Amino acid sequence: MSDYNFAYLDEQTKRMIRRAILKGVAVPGYQVPFASREMPMPYGWGTGGVQVSAACLTPEDVFKVIDQGADDTTNAVSIRKFFEKTAQVSVTEHTKDATVIQTRHRIPEVRLTEDQILVYQVPIPEPLRFLEPRETETRKMHALEDYGLMHVKLYEDIARHGEIATAYAYPVKVEDRYVMDPSPIPKFDNPKLESAALQLFGAGREQRIYAVPPYTKVVSLDFDDYPFDPSKADYPCALCGATESYLDEVIVDDSGGRMFVCSDTDFCAGRQEAAA
Amino acid sequence: MSDTMIGTAVDGGFGDPPRDAARAFRAALQALSRPGTLHEIAGAVPPAPCSVAAGALLLTLCDAETGLYLAPSLDTPELRDWVAFHTGAPIVEAGVADFALGTWTDLAPLDRFKVGTQSYPDRAATLIVEMDAIAQSGSRLTGPGIADAAYLTLPEVAAFQANRRKFPLGFDTYFTCGSQVAGLPRSTRVEDL
Repeated sequence: MSDYNFAYLDEQTKRMIRRAILKGVAVPGYQVPFASREMPMPYGWGTGGVQVSAACLTPEDVFKVIDQGADDTTNAVSIRKFFEKTAQVSVTEHTKDATVIQTRHRIPEVRLTEDQILVYQVPIPEPLRFLEPRETETRKMHALEDYGLMHVKLYEDIARHGEIATAYAYPVKVEDRYVMDPSPIPKFDNPKLESAALQLFGAGREQRIYAVPPYTKVVSLDFDDYPFDPSKADYPCALCGATESYLDEVIVDDSGGRMFVCSDTDFCAGRQEAAA
Repeated sequence: MSDTMIGTAVDGGFGDPPRDAARAFRAALQALSRPGTLHEIAGAVPPAPCSVAAGALLLTLCDAETGLYLAPSLDTPELRDWVAFHTGAPIVEAGVADFALGTWTDLAPLDRFKVGTQSYPDRAATLIVEMDAIAQSGSRLTGPGIADAAYLTLPEVAAFQANRRKFPLGFDTYFTCGSQVAGLPRSTRVEDL
């Protein structure tokens, strides 16, 4: 017997979040306001993702949490244990076994399936926020589909750096309508936003939920002469040898030594097992 | 209120509300994010003529914060009592409803329902349409949630085409029959074959 309601939140709160999720699904890329609750963790630790997961989980689910691709970081472990305790769901570190995956800043390397839901933790949901601080204005810009400012920003990148220097939280246009912040995933992951899985985004502090339904058109913003480039470090993984995965640079000593390893720990471990 | 009415109103809710509602929501979520797919949604036993699926949607999504419109064929004292007891949702006029329950002919004219505003397209109604049958054949659906094309029996095509032209405004629709539910968000493009 648990001292918590199923999946921690009370039923009224879950209904409110569920209604917001459904409207998010109906209008892909549009940020639905919701009455975000205080969660037993600080803002910035995934309170939005946790609330979306709590609203989606069923007792039959198999739950996985990754933080920058890793299953074994403090944030991922604590959120996994949180739902193990409050929703009694089974958990896994294997992407292919999971039915609900909560993620901070990565999309798993393995292609997701129709039977999976990917829940993103989002710090700043508004892609225009650093260009226009006023919510009243950015709301109007979305309503009028006025995204010129974003293109100016990308153009200024090119004028200054010779290329679009945005490397993460790279803005996308969803279903030819809304410009959306895909959360701070590396732009390497942007092509994977067109997925067979349902993708839900939760921003707790900013009180927004949005969604990308399966097979929805998601285009990374670019210019004809400066096309989008999902770049990555030009090395193979030092542990599994993968050349197609996103890599973390790890400093290994005090004299500048470093190695590049897969950021997706399950993907890397799976390849090492297969090779052994 | 007679004793028998109290009996009907109290019965037929979720046996285990947190878990039943979680399963029902997942069915509703899958239905809306994959238009043209059919899902079992159960756990509710609302008074006739309301279907099990529609009852489960009401229990899962409605509460004191959401206005519910009952179209004439479903606006019975028994269902009003059941909704009041299990959800506390106020019964409201079509024009201000967050959810509307009825048969297709019942719900017309559709331009009564909220479609949201340009700034807040989420402030739109969700229609729950009771059907005699739902099948994965008939009209051709394309758009978000659909790989190539999906097929669904619709009561009418023109209304959903007009609704799609308003995107990102528009109402969202669930079709219910027995314990089955299918979803049709405003983002779906509909063609007659």
